[in-house]
Amino acid sequence: MKITFEIIEHVADLARLNLTESEKQKLTSEMANIIGYVDKLNQLDTTNVPPTSHVKPISNIFREDVVKESFDREKILSNAPSRDNGCFKVPKVVE
Amino acid sequence: MEYEIVIGLEVHAELSTKSKIYCSCTTEFGGEENTHCCPICTGMPGVLPVLNKKVVEYAVRAGLATNCTIADYSKQDRKNYFYPDLPKAYQISQYDFPLCKNGYIDIETDGKTKRVGITRIHIEEDAGKLMHDEWDTGTLVDYNRCGVPLIEIVGEPDLRSAEEARAYMEKLRSILQFIGVSDCKMQEGSLRADVNLSVRPVGQKELGTRTEMKNLNSFRSIVRAVEAEAQRQIREIESGGTVVQETRRWDDERGLSVSMRSKEEAHDYRYFPEPDLVPIVLDKEWVEGIRASLPELPDARKKRYVREFGLPEYDAEILTSSKVLSDFFDDAVKQSSNAKAVSNWIMGDLMRILKEKGMEVENIPFPAGYLARLVGLIEKGTISGTIAKKVFEKMFLSGKGPETIVKEEGLEVVSDEGALTAVVRKVLDNNPQSVADYRKGKEKALGFLVGQAMRETKGKADPQLINKLLKEAMDKA
Repeated sequence: MKITFEIIEHVADLARLNLTESEKQKLTSEMANIIGYVDKLNQLDTTNVPPTSHVKPISNIFREDVVKESFDREKILSNAPSRDNGCFKVPKVVE
Repeated sequence: MEYEIVIGLEVHAELSTKSKIYCSCTTEFGGEENTHCCPICTGMPGVLPVLNKKVVEYAVRAGLATNCTIADYSKQDRKNYFYPDLPKAYQISQYDFPLCKNGYIDIETDGKTKRVGITRIHIEEDAGKLMHDEWDTGTLVDYNRCGVPLIEIVGEPDLRSAEEARAYMEKLRSILQFIGVSDCKMQEGSLRADVNLSVRPVGQKELGTRTEMKNLNSFRSIVRAVEAEAQRQIREIESGGTVVQETRRWDDERGLSVSMRSKEEAHDYRYFPEPDLVPIVLDKEWVEGIRASLPELPDARKKRYVREFGLPEYDAEILTSSKVLSDFFDDAVKQSSNAKAVSNWIMGDLMRILKEKGMEVENIPFPAGYLARLVGLIEKGTISGTIAKKVFEKMFLSGKGPETIVKEEGLEVVSDEGALTAVVRKVLDNNPQSVADYRKGKEKALGFLVGQAMRETKGKADPQLINKLLKEAMDKA
């Protein structure tokens, strides 16, 4: 994958990052290096290697459907920068 | 030009597990804001989600009931987007390895059966609730719903009209209720649909450009949204414009859809495997065990009603459209020898009164046995059909048993000859003209006199007996 200036702008936008022009330039080359490094892996023959979606060779970790007490609301809201009427308060979002 | 509408629905159903999908908080509806929350469902750093096994079981049940193939290997992924209803800034969902694939359900419209494909069913977590205050500067967030388990049922674009979309939704709801995986209360948002819709000139093979309308939560709004959006797209094309692929918000109050030109329009969710959750590998035997435990599904039950009770297809379809209604019917039939009469009462008087009172079938105020007993009272001749309607009304309003009502109100059929002879005498005395007409051979006059006698007894007289007594009295003299 070729990392372009436009890709960096798009990814920054998705991540809600405000980057300066020089930061975008710098990240374009840095990101290209990182992706290029990972691209090396493509040189390996993986025909007989199943795709990995998880690093641990385990599956089926479940919990039973049992209700336990939730946290006290005060505790849940204690890290909130802003709150109102028992709710988290965030900058107005309107669609 | 004639256009064809092409619709595909994505249906979200909340699963009726007791606890959330990745933590032990309750899934109960309502509750004070942010009181069904913990660090896991509010997305605190460093927490570890653990999948609720019941969620997998319910999703597999839904998959089997809709003729899907169940994946032996499945995994969960992160769907990334920023919106405050999602505290983690990603939703845990399933991307390329969903639990269920390639199913179908059959729907009926205008007496015709149509098979509608189901692309996939996957599990995911619900988001929180945002409250916008017009006069305030901020948005309030309640995370009680956050982490409640959902299945998303993605349908093929096989639907061609608002009626088909409605029939599809109704069939899905009924199936999910029958297998007990979701209560499907649309007013509480536990069943909702995203409508993907495009139009194309009749005969054209390629699909037109589609739009998506999110979170429609009533059958009525789905029907209206489909009709309005199809018309909008046709107008757009006819006036020389083009349909833009976009997400639109359906405004039910104004009856139109509005473009949502938000930044998320890019739909670049950057899915990647959820590192905190391990793959789901399903054992064939376990899946087969679930298949064996599935109850009778709506289609099978409908066929049984037609076969065993001789009900019309249409009636059987309505009765099985809701599990509660269908169970009510089954329950009544077990206690009655006349299934057809029971069905007629449900289809007629019961549906009418529920509609009048704006009530749901969940709120029928008397047990099914009462209806069976009411039918029994008519069959035994204790009350007449006309009186039975009154008893039914009273039964609905008071919740009292039919026998109690009949007794309290003195509604039994009067079949005591002595008592009725007096009534007959009175009617004959009051209507000499009709008596004369009858004697001249006018059969109609008899009917009038029977009616008079029934009125005299407030409908309680045994009409056969009245008929006989009147005839005897007039033929004698």
